[in-house]
Amino acid sequence: MAGVDGEKKPVLEMVQADGADEGCVTFVLHEEDHTLGNSLRYMVMKNLDVDFCGYSITHPSESKINFRIQTRGAVPAVEPLRRGLTELTDLCQHVLNTFEKRVSEFRSQCEEAE
Amino acid sequence: MAATMSNVDEIRNRVILGEFNVKNVHTTDYPGNYPGYDDTWSLQKFQKNFRIDVVQMDETCMEFDMVGIDASIANAFRRILLAEVPTMAVEKVFIYNNTSIIQDEVLAQRLGLIPIKADPRLFEYRNAGDEEGTEIDTIQLQLKIKCTRNHQATKDSADPQELYLNHMVYSKDMTWVPIGNQADVLADANIGPVHGDILLAKLRPGQELDIVMHCVKGIGQDHAKFSPVATASYRLLPEITLMKTVEGEKAERLKRCFSPGVIELENHGGKVVAKVMNSRLDTCSREVLRHDDLKNAVKLARVRDHFICMYPGN
Repeated sequence: MAGVDGEKKPVLEMVQADGADEGCVTFVLHEEDHTLGNSLRYMVMKNLDVDFCGYSITHPSESKINFRIQTRGAVPAVEPLRRGLTELTDLCQHVLNTFEKRVSEFRSQCEEAE
Repeated sequence: MAATMSNVDEIRNRVILGEFNVKNVHTTDYPGNYPGYDDTWSLQKFQKNFRIDVVQMDETCMEFDMVGIDASIANAFRRILLAEVPTMAVEKVFIYNNTSIIQDEVLAQRLGLIPIKADPRLFEYRNAGDEEGTEIDTIQLQLKIKCTRNHQATKDSADPQELYLNHMVYSKDMTWVPIGNQADVLADANIGPVHGDILLAKLRPGQELDIVMHCVKGIGQDHAKFSPVATASYRLLPEITLMKTVEGEKAERLKRCFSPGVIELENHGGKVVAKVMNSRLDTCSREVLRHDDLKNAVKLARVRDHFICMYPGN
């Protein structure tokens, strides 16, 4: 929602300790909760390059999550995040396609039975 | 007797229900945890293993199985269904006349919770701060009803059904008032409350209601009235394996420990032997673990990636 001063609220921020390499980053995702946090954590953990992945809700009254990724080797942490998001999208697309197909099959099966 | 799984497979695929605890609850199949297993995410592997079986589907309720998916994703779907799928519901109630004994705000709250039959994909969200509402984001409903005395009633009757006309206000009395071009665009949409038999208020002669309602599109996160499902739940498929043969009187007791239909008794050479017929029906009460002589004969588990989802809704 645009404020009076014209600044838009950020959706994603990156927080990194000074001196740490690009592989250990905490992302702050605004307006998110367990729905995206847990499912994204699962997808990022399934990535070979990831050493550590976790998320936490900073305070239940604020809708933002801290999402931390630590990678193995010299992989920048943004990369597993990006991959996790695209893989999650592909997974959901496949689930949607399968679901629609099965529902229409079930419907036509019911109609045949009648 | 079913072949027992190797220990590793059991940790990966089954949630074990013990007498005092539940084991192997968390998903552990991440790359690097098990030597010899390749657990990296692969869309092809997922597509091969994943399937959905619709068990039952009708106007009000749906039950289906999702196999081959992780709990975090299944839970995300459940949360999205409850909180982020939009519907239309009454938001603004303009009360021109309310002489009933139901207070204005109580009546308005009741009206907001009534499910409205309208496809939310045909409407836009209302912009914040927009008071009037246009035809693209608002549905207008009207409730205008007056209770009168029934002059045909017999002298001595005490039944309000007979004495008064329109003394019960139901949701079917809410009528749709098309605004703008809605009469053409949504002509065959049949917009109104989903159920016509929801009691809103009770009136007596002389009392009337004259109300105009604006319905807008919203999501469950904002207010529960916008949630499209009554409740969304899932459970893991139970799995019951018999480790030893159970016969005779023990078999009958074993059958009573589970929900009906789970264990059936068969006749093998004159003796009654217990057999697992349908573990899906079980509610996993773990009653069998309370009996010392039966608890070692049975292994209770749940299949980690098989979700039985139930979504009753409107």
